[in-house]
Amino acid sequence: MADPVFIAVAVLTVGTAIIALEARELIYGAVALAISMLGIAGFFLLLDAPFVAMFQIAVYVGAVAVLIIFTVMLVRTQALFTTKEDKKRKGAGIALMLIIMASLGALLLISGLNGQFGNFGGPQNVDFTQIGELMLTYYAPALIILGLTLAGSVIAALALARREDVEQQHERAD
Amino acid sequence: MSELIDFLIVALALVAIGIYGLVVKRNAIRMLFSIEIIANAANLVLVAFARGLPNAQGQTFALFSIAIAAAEVAVGLGLIIVAYRLYKEIDVAEFRSMRG
Repeated sequence: MADPVFIAVAVLTVGTAIIALEARELIYGAVALAISMLGIAGFFLLLDAPFVAMFQIAVYVGAVAVLIIFTVMLVRTQALFTTKEDKKRKGAGIALMLIIMASLGALLLISGLNGQFGNFGGPQNVDFTQIGELMLTYYAPALIILGLTLAGSVIAALALARREDVEQQHERAD
Repeated sequence: MSELIDFLIVALALVAIGIYGLVVKRNAIRMLFSIEIIANAANLVLVAFARGLPNAQGQTFALFSIAIAAAEVAVGLGLIIVAYRLYKEIDVAEFRSMRG
């Protein structure tokens, strides 16, 4: 049976994920999403993957959450409150969510997947030196492409955020 | 000690919540939240199976996935800012010019 630490982290993660979507003010939703990502990092620690957990905290709680909060601040506050949800749509969404959970959960429970991983709680011999070695040898091309993707996305974000009308005004002023 | 199936059930719950958000919410930023929740559930499954094997490749994949998700958030938020500038609105139903 699951231990209390696991249950606490699970409740924190799932609860804050729901709050992130249902909080009335978007800024509270962004903070709740950051806490949910922190809960995922806690799961990574429980799974003996401290390196991935640190990466998760650095990228999600450090970078992504701050980026989202800045965007929420940039967007006019009045636009954030106009949530025109109809009740029928919400009911259908909840029904879809429950159907997905019930059907896939039943599949998981009858699949016998747990028996195939009998040594789940056993000794863990994976450490970050192995991950680093894999990244720089076998997955080196993937790492290079990942770097190019990140650079491309940063350039794309800058190009999207550029304001052409303001720049034209500056050119005319010159 | 918790088992593999526990982690998978938590990941399943997160995916279901994310799909609910994508279906119901019309606010573009909340839809981005939903996508993030689903991506994190996928990372959790990757690391959980890597723990079960045990194998370092699953964790490597999770690291790649986290980095890609960060890039995706940057572009997604840029798109939301541009859409807000055009329509003064972040409700996806109001983005008229891309409506079919």
